[in-house]
Amino acid sequence: MQLTLWTYEGPPHVGAMRIATAMKDVHYVLHAPQGDTYADLLFTMIERRTRRPPVTYTTFQARDLGGDTAQLFQDAARDAFERFQPKAMLVGASCTAELIQDDPGGLSEALNLPIPVVALELPSYQKKENWGAAETFYQLVRALAGPHVPPPGQKREREAGRKARCNLLGPTALGFRHRDDVTEISGLLARMGVEINVIAPLDATAADLARLGDADFNIVLYPETAQQAAGWLLRNFGQPMVKTVPIGTGATCEFIREVATLAGIDPTATLDDANRRATWYAKSVDSTYLTGKRVFVFGDATHAVAAARIASRELGFTVVGIGTYSREFAREVREAAKLYGVEALITEDYLEVEARIAELNVELLLGTQMERHIAKRLGVPCAVISAPVHVQDYPARYSPQMGFEGANVLFDTWVHPLMMGLEEHLLGMFREDFEFHPEAAPSHLGGAVSERRVDAAAQMPTMPVEALAAAAASAAPELAVAEADAPWNGQPVWSAEGEKELGKIPFFVRGKARRNTEAYARDHGVRVITVEALYDAKAHFSR
Amino acid sequence: MSSALAAVPVVVQSRPAAGGCSDAPVLKERGQREVFCGLTGIIWLHRKIQDAFFLIVGSRTCAHLMQSAAGVMIFAEPRFGTAIIDERDLAGMSDANDELDRVVAQLLARRPDIKLLFLVGSCPSEVIKLDLSRASERLARQHAPKVRVLNYSGSGIETTFTQGEDACLASLIPALPASAAAAPKSLLVVGALADVVEDQFRRLFRAIGIPDVQFLPPRRSTELPTVGPNTRYLLAQPFLSDTARALEERGATRLDAPFPLGVEGTTAWLEAAAAEWAIPAPKFQAAIAPAATRASAALDRIRSQLAGKRIFFFPDSQLEIPLARFLSRELDVELVEVGTPFLHRSHLAQELARLPAGTSLSEGQHVERQLDRCRAAKPDIVVCGLGLANPLEAEGMTTKWAIELVFTPIQGYEQAADLAELFARPLVRRTKLAA
Repeated sequence: MQLTLWTYEGPPHVGAMRIATAMKDVHYVLHAPQGDTYADLLFTMIERRTRRPPVTYTTFQARDLGGDTAQLFQDAARDAFERFQPKAMLVGASCTAELIQDDPGGLSEALNLPIPVVALELPSYQKKENWGAAETFYQLVRALAGPHVPPPGQKREREAGRKARCNLLGPTALGFRHRDDVTEISGLLARMGVEINVIAPLDATAADLARLGDADFNIVLYPETAQQAAGWLLRNFGQPMVKTVPIGTGATCEFIREVATLAGIDPTATLDDANRRATWYAKSVDSTYLTGKRVFVFGDATHAVAAARIASRELGFTVVGIGTYSREFAREVREAAKLYGVEALITEDYLEVEARIAELNVELLLGTQMERHIAKRLGVPCAVISAPVHVQDYPARYSPQMGFEGANVLFDTWVHPLMMGLEEHLLGMFREDFEFHPEAAPSHLGGAVSERRVDAAAQMPTMPVEALAAAAASAAPELAVAEADAPWNGQPVWSAEGEKELGKIPFFVRGKARRNTEAYARDHGVRVITVEALYDAKAHFSR
Repeated sequence: MSSALAAVPVVVQSRPAAGGCSDAPVLKERGQREVFCGLTGIIWLHRKIQDAFFLIVGSRTCAHLMQSAAGVMIFAEPRFGTAIIDERDLAGMSDANDELDRVVAQLLARRPDIKLLFLVGSCPSEVIKLDLSRASERLARQHAPKVRVLNYSGSGIETTFTQGEDACLASLIPALPASAAAAPKSLLVVGALADVVEDQFRRLFRAIGIPDVQFLPPRRSTELPTVGPNTRYLLAQPFLSDTARALEERGATRLDAPFPLGVEGTTAWLEAAAAEWAIPAPKFQAAIAPAATRASAALDRIRSQLAGKRIFFFPDSQLEIPLARFLSRELDVELVEVGTPFLHRSHLAQELARLPAGTSLSEGQHVERQLDRCRAAKPDIVVCGLGLANPLEAEGMTTKWAIELVFTPIQGYEQAADLAELFARPLVRRTKLAA
């Protein structure tokens, strides 16, 4: 048993959902209790997909456990086939269904559906989301491409004059910038003169997987999801794979050379890309202040290794730590850590990550959404480089991580949260300035300034309860005005209770509520803002 | 204060004659349910009870659910966590108990501020029959008197979404101190409410003439309300059947009322208590008039945006029937279908009686068939969960995501217009975007 507050990865069946949802005509029947449907919102809310994930949940309840949950599964699978008419089906169990051992594979076989049905064995109590995605993709590839495997010993040959063809493997639903990476790398390959046979699983059909073998080689964009399938394709179809992940300018150049070698073409033109701005920006003088900034990197293995390389070799930062939550790829991260003379942190416990970051006195954090929270607490600038994702990681604009444009995006995203050079100097020189206090965040980060304004507003005059008694006794403004001796300056005063009530309003709308209430009080001649007046104003403005 | 408003008379709705949908047929469905499990209740309960920690004993799925459903809303370290069961725990039960003890010790060492620990059962812990009531007794002994340990199940095989709060509150009832035998009649409001709403109700009850009001759940576990035969309780939420049963076992008596949504619901809810305390009608009227008048006026301004619109409810929080009543009676919204995960006929009797006769009611869910009905009916607005909202928007429907109704203060007079606004906003937005 492990105590977990936040988790980097979901259960393995969520990985399977990422494959099914990425594809066009594959349906997943998941034996699962009520509540497991929460996973749909990952796709519809975080990724803002316009269609529900193609997943049918059997939704068994406690009262079914004594009865026939197996029948429930079969009915759900048959109904799903009839309703959705998929070209291939995945069947499996979530963590609870795994315990009741209904054997979805056997049960669906008995249905004799006229499509390929792939039974998934995803051990929920051992494995996690990325493993589940990799295993699901591998099983699907085996099931659909398997019938087309050439006899052993048959040599792969490319007809003369035909362009080289590759498959792009690994992009999934709910991936970190997968959509834009695919666009970027597809463009790069087109410029090189390499044809794409199949992109999978993102936007692929079952029929597409069946013709994976038509390509000359495979490009593994995301080893976390595609390495296992690419290994099988190598063994069975003899397709070599491109292993360099093109994140960062250096890696993109290496990737281009690797592809060019496999495709038998000259990479020179592609390497001289006019779009390579990141390299020049890093050289320009205003980037000098980036030199030696202490950076900590954490994420999935692929993105963490790539980020550390860019930070160190392309931006001149100092990598003070690197880590990953992907145990399956711990070796790769340990290798990378050696390059920077640090020890890799391999853990799923974000508290451990937080402790390490605090101890290392980090100036820039490159991590996941969890590290973004850590950074907020520690007051460290942060950029997100890897899943787990958040709605913000699906920007409306084009924002790839891969290729030359990806390198440009990374330059902007990482440098943006850092304090700009001159601003840093000013802070050092004018410490006495009341707006330059030790807690002040850089002005371009916004937050701190508005909080100070709220604090200042909170110091509006308030009256002690006794002094209010007379004025508040009558709610009618005419009366309050008549009774008052001194002429009113037109500025309302908050009663202690009114102020306290205001404090209960969520902070992000409190400022507006305060302004509205005061405007209302001024317009209606209310001198003392009582709780009643607060709500009168609220009702006045509501609509 | 605006004295003009006070002149508007407040009409208190008398109890409706049996009718409406009291005996209406209900379409009962079984199939895929697009709803959360009871664990999700922890998201608001852990903020409500400020010195409590909710430890789910479950799987990675449970932890991932909590994070996905709550992740965007949590600013600070949460007071909930998951003890994730792994392979080794599945091998033998004694191990699992030792492991749980270790995890709890680790947690309490980290969070010395915690005074109340809930062990929350999940689907996997129920299926492997991990006995959390025994575990909580054992842990209570170990950590007494610093920490009280209780348990309940939020598993999806037993609870739907808001039923998790019911199970949690029901587990608290045996822990409530008994009120003195000779204690005078006292009012208990049951169901988690936003703090600001609670304070408004407290003030209203005081003005009405019922000063002794307690709330469950309390804001701190050290401020548990007392309960006994002198207790009269009002349900503030429609999903608390187990809690109500547990309270009645302690001798408390439920005051039958609709739920405090909208002006009518709030007035009738307060009136149920006023009647029990035999408060004279003029005093009651005077106490509620300012707020009720203000709320009615605010609703008048929103009505034009909602009147005549056709609404379709997918089941979610069990708030659907009171919401439908509010929308239909106070804002002239037409009810196409009102789906609810579970229909508690006696607690909702007054709500059902107020629904227009012939309203189409459904209980449980077969999400695909319900989507078929929804598409065929082409409602103006669909109330549904997060998994369905964007896909339906993409199909051209206007939706209101139901979970916001649980995470927003909507009860009472001052929130009546806010509640109406929640339904009006998506409609207004659609016309703005189309323009």
